[in-house]
Amino acid sequence: MTASRVGLRVRAVSHAFADLHVLDDVSFDVPAGEVTVLVGPSGCGKSTLLGIAGGLLRPDSGRVEIEGQAAADCLNPLTYVFQDFALLPWRSVAGNISLVLEGKGIAKATRAARIAEVLETTNLSAFSHAWPKQLSGGMRQRVGIARALAVRPAVLLMDEPLSALDAQTRDLLLDEFAGLIAARGMTVVYVTHNLAEAVRLGHNVVVLSRRPGRVRDIVRIDAPLDARKLDDPALLATEARLWSLIRADAAEADREVLHA
Amino acid sequence: MREVVLRAKGFAPRDIPFAGAATLVGVLLGWQTLASLGWISTKFLPAPLSIIQALLTLGRSGELWLHLAASLPRLAWGWAAGTVAGLVVGLLLGLFTLARAPGMAIVSALFPIPKIALVPLFIIWFGIGEGSKVITLAFGVFFPTVINTLAGVDGVPRGLIRMGQSFSLSRAAILAKIVLPGALPAILAGFRITTSTAIILLVAAEMIGAEKGIGAFVLSAGNLYDTDNLMAGIVVLSLIGLTVSWVLGRLEAWLLAWR
Repeated sequence: MTASRVGLRVRAVSHAFADLHVLDDVSFDVPAGEVTVLVGPSGCGKSTLLGIAGGLLRPDSGRVEIEGQAAADCLNPLTYVFQDFALLPWRSVAGNISLVLEGKGIAKATRAARIAEVLETTNLSAFSHAWPKQLSGGMRQRVGIARALAVRPAVLLMDEPLSALDAQTRDLLLDEFAGLIAARGMTVVYVTHNLAEAVRLGHNVVVLSRRPGRVRDIVRIDAPLDARKLDDPALLATEARLWSLIRADAAEADREVLHA
Repeated sequence: MREVVLRAKGFAPRDIPFAGAATLVGVLLGWQTLASLGWISTKFLPAPLSIIQALLTLGRSGELWLHLAASLPRLAWGWAAGTVAGLVVGLLLGLFTLARAPGMAIVSALFPIPKIALVPLFIIWFGIGEGSKVITLAFGVFFPTVINTLAGVDGVPRGLIRMGQSFSLSRAAILAKIVLPGALPAILAGFRITTSTAIILLVAAEMIGAEKGIGAFVLSAGNLYDTDNLMAGIVVLSLIGLTVSWVLGRLEAWLLAWR
């Protein structure tokens, strides 16, 4: 696959759901070929921001601009990976991947080849005929990744893709994500509440304040993804720094939720 | 020292193999025995063997097929018309904001009307022929189909529709590949209700305004105190219901294999 050379510019985005002011004047860049992680306390608007970035939600004000050109074989420039996998239970693994390729003018043989390729990439070849209900959470998320890769995305938008999984599966998939993203030089926007994930995957970690979410800081991590280890002292120090930026807001947000 | 006593007992009923069939056979045997001993008046409740005998006689004489030939097309056309119309309207109400509120107001207002009460009105409107009977069935089938289809569409997880939109699927593709399959379990569950409703309305419509048909036959046998034939007619209706239920069961097993 041609490496994506597409980035995003988020500019002065504000949004409210009725009386609930969720995002306030949020601006940051998503550089091409890098992973931008959004972190912040519960309810700070991380997923809302991802929805706006991907065109699933219109912001009340502000805009998101795409920079660069998607590869010729890119079928869906801004492609999501969902927290709850969003797989169709009535379609097999291969059927779920096929869904996003159907009706896009791709020959049947090409479609089959592309499905086989992404199944191979995500180690799912042996499960192509399985129903989603027959798979573990980790395997289902692999299907979600395979489905996203099948459309050759320019930007991958990942909404807490590991939060529904147990800790061991999360660590395994985190390493797989890092390997995949590093090998392909993909542009990724990754939402998480888990700071260990943020420092493992992020080149830029955008720290949002509690609701209404504002950019509190942007932390840069230069170490190559495939060289990072979760117990690296430098990464642990960055994780501690992120926590120090979020902690007070997280405590406030927790009380807000309790009183809501 | 005492062993910990298991407290999580009960509340987990299981199926016992063949128990259902054995129960039915037992009831029939008991019924036949009581009738043979004279403990049940066969004038009011004929014995199972007499009912079978009546069924065989009706079959041999051709009268049974004559009535079935009148009833089954009414049932098929009435159910199919009500189902198609109900699916279309249910989908419109489920998918379009502008259709939902006005449509639901009409459906909610008309749904509670006992459809049997409308048979005389439909006879006035559409005549004593097939039209009034088919319309009665269709009308009765239409409302539960609308409500089940709407519930099915509403029950499709919004996250799946968002997924389709996020992959830039067309509206038609989202409808055909996400909404309809997602609503199918509720729609098929509704078929079980509407087929029963259709059989009830078939009998009612034939009792009010038909010369041929199982409903008309049952009414005629009742008027003549011919309880053997009356019960034979009821058995035929029951068999129609069981057959339809079996077909729907196979359809569900085929279409919903993923469950």
